[in-house]
Amino acid sequence: MLERAEIIRKEYLRHDKKFPHVWCPGCGNGIVMGALLRAVHSLGLNKDEVVLASGIGCSGRMPTYVDFNTIHTTHGRALTFSTGIKLARPELTVMTVMGDGDSTAIGGNHFIHAARRNLNLTAIIINNSTYGMTGGQYSPTTPYGSKSTTSVYGHVEHAFSIAELAATAGASFVARSTVYHATHMEEMLKKGIEKRGFSVIEIISNCHVQHGRRNKLGGAVEMINGFKERSVTVEKSKKMSSDELEGKITIGVLADVEKPVSTEEYQRIVEEAKHKAEIITRAKEKNGVKRYEE
Amino acid sequence: MESIKDGEQKKILLQGNEAIVAGALAAGCRFFAGYPITPASEISEILSVKLPQLGGTFIQMEDEIASMGAVIGASLAGVKAMTATSGPGFSLIQENLGYGCIAEVPCVIVDVMRGGPSTGLPTSPSQGDVQMARWGTHGDHPIIVLAVSSVADCFSVTIKAFNLSEKYRIPVIILSDEVVAHTRESVTLPESDQIRIFDRVKPDVPPEWYKPYADNNRGVPDMAAFGDGYRHHVTGLVHDEKGFPTQDAQEIDKFLRRIHSKISKGFQDIQITKTHLMEDAEVCVIAYGSVARSALRAVRDARKLGVKAGLVQLVTLFPFPRKSVDTYLRQCRVAIVPEMNMGQMSREIGRINQAGCRIVKHNRIDGQLITPEEILKHLTTV
Amino acid sequence: MKSDARYEIRFSGSGGQGIITAAVVMADGVGAYDNKHVCQTQSYGPEARGGKSKAEVVISGSPIDYPKALRVDLLLAMTQAACDAYFSDIKSDGLLVVDGGLVKQLPTSRSVSIPFTRIAREKIGRELVANMVALGAVGYLCGQVSLDGLEQALLSRVPKGTEQMNSEALHAGIEEARKINLDLLPKSVLSEWEDEL
Repeated sequence: MLERAEIIRKEYLRHDKKFPHVWCPGCGNGIVMGALLRAVHSLGLNKDEVVLASGIGCSGRMPTYVDFNTIHTTHGRALTFSTGIKLARPELTVMTVMGDGDSTAIGGNHFIHAARRNLNLTAIIINNSTYGMTGGQYSPTTPYGSKSTTSVYGHVEHAFSIAELAATAGASFVARSTVYHATHMEEMLKKGIEKRGFSVIEIISNCHVQHGRRNKLGGAVEMINGFKERSVTVEKSKKMSSDELEGKITIGVLADVEKPVSTEEYQRIVEEAKHKAEIITRAKEKNGVKRYEE
Repeated sequence: MESIKDGEQKKILLQGNEAIVAGALAAGCRFFAGYPITPASEISEILSVKLPQLGGTFIQMEDEIASMGAVIGASLAGVKAMTATSGPGFSLIQENLGYGCIAEVPCVIVDVMRGGPSTGLPTSPSQGDVQMARWGTHGDHPIIVLAVSSVADCFSVTIKAFNLSEKYRIPVIILSDEVVAHTRESVTLPESDQIRIFDRVKPDVPPEWYKPYADNNRGVPDMAAFGDGYRHHVTGLVHDEKGFPTQDAQEIDKFLRRIHSKISKGFQDIQITKTHLMEDAEVCVIAYGSVARSALRAVRDARKLGVKAGLVQLVTLFPFPRKSVDTYLRQCRVAIVPEMNMGQMSREIGRINQAGCRIVKHNRIDGQLITPEEILKHLTTV
Repeated sequence: MKSDARYEIRFSGSGGQGIITAAVVMADGVGAYDNKHVCQTQSYGPEARGGKSKAEVVISGSPIDYPKALRVDLLLAMTQAACDAYFSDIKSDGLLVVDGGLVKQLPTSRSVSIPFTRIAREKIGRELVANMVALGAVGYLCGQVSLDGLEQALLSRVPKGTEQMNSEALHAGIEEARKINLDLLPKSVLSEWEDEL
């Protein structure tokens, strides 16, 4: 175990670069980053062929620290950049890490379309129920009634369930975990990366500095322990009533379907189009016709 | 039946938008992401057929913000990429266009201008996006903006746009308009061996030595692609020469000054103007896009009436070709600037006018192309 | 024709009559098959069917500056509305060609009236190809395009499987136009001094 931690530290982090990181002590982002690196390591992926993209927010800084091909994009748009990278170089493993506001507010449209499009991409969404970096405003996953710097009277809107949203939009693989369940999270990430098609791993995380403090949820330890207490597995949740599930976090694989992956489908189109173009060129050469339009 | 003599190159009939496609493919573009919009949709439609035939990729995204994101992603993965849109989409493109500027990502954006603001006049021409092309994305940034006025231009300027974007690592905007986009003309396209193509310079140092944003004598860093083994970092934050975010005032200043100076170093290469009948001109028309054609007609008609008129056609709008325009302002007593906007380029021309040349604006914003007659009226009365 | 002289044709009618297609085939015939300089433009509204439709072809022996028509040499009007809207743009010695079945009020006696739509319906069996009947007539009457080139252009531009029908329509138009003697049309007295301007 220690040995693996040492390999991860040595091989996968950019030490000479920009440490220390920007995250607050106790932040879940580091736990997610650790699990992600362990997942990539245990899958035996070649670092040269791994891309990690991010949007804006605390989660957006993750690519800075890891030794892959990394890109820190604009707010909400990370998946669009990933789409371009993947289509241009389908052999790369492209992962995108986003926050809840990043992926479902400003990037909500890109998120559901990426799920519908079903490219072979992995989306990792760290859901801490707030905009941490900008000072704790309410996000699309801030619970009803919660306080934030823009809902001091209590939040009057309802939250998205990100994993369910992804499954409905057509993602091939959807799982949820929490920063308490580091090993489980690593498993889910591995499954997601390995999955052919668009995969989404939602990770419930803590922002004790913004969300926790304003809602009297305690510090990092209390919040993370809270995830442990509130979590139920997908299997167990099936036997529970909706009343019993109120306030619970369902963890595990929520959707895992086989369907055509558009990255691969497009490769087929390319082969067909090339073949057709060849036939036309040959016919033209035969007839001595040389016209651009055809 | 063949009416063409042997050895003579055959003309083909192409629409402006088709010629942009032909130019892009000739320049090596192999990725396109876009969103349907009049009057640019033909570019998407044709590329959706042509790109897979060449092993390239076409994708229709959920909006123009996404299109521009995908274009930048593809370019970072080493593939020449472009998008095409019109005013409303061009507004959405601005966000990631700024990313392209700061991360120095070569790519080409075609804006087929239509009447605005907002949804405006979808099927009518305009030149209302000129200053937006220059300043549309926030922050001080360098950018290259080229204008096309004919079908032949659409082909050659698109190639030039890709070459400049690759050479200077910068997004290049092509401003077309509804008239140019939908006009069909007989043109002769050059054979591929007659076309000069510039590809981005890739690093030849081992990965541990590679500094993706280090200055050099060109001011344009070598560019590795994702997957090439360099495992570098790209960000929209101001960054140091290794590509990592920086708050250091010295590093910030150095970086931002470099991305501006790489363009000023290349002014001679980037700034293109064309002239007609300017040798002895006393009155000139300074025009761009489809209006330049009306202007040429007007200038020819004016000559028949004994007026020493000439045309300065701006192909590069930005960086503004100050040096050459200045020469003509010193030569002429009057410069007429016809535009299908309220005077977006005449302001630039007025700004550099130190010779006391009289600048006469002619502005038409009713969705109609300025006619030669309108310009001729000025030429014969000034 | 002097090398920098222009010959301008305007095709007009309503959306769905194939006005733009006719102009594109004309331009292709002139430009790609006859190897002259040609510029084809159109204006259109948001609707695909109905509304006014206008397309222009400018032909010259040298590169064309202004891409749109300045003074029309030949106006084809496939509806009365188009005829009324555009006839005033014709040069004084220009020619008006109308669909005789649809345009009843002729604003000038320098005009040729052929029932393109009726010919398409009765001879070819499809009203849809009235534009190609008209194109045949325009191609013949303008004297600016080789009829072989025009047919080649047509065959390369129409949907597969419709080549024969369209080609027959083109020939029907040419045949009708052959019957017309342009020399018998009244001359304009204006044309001589208009050129001086």
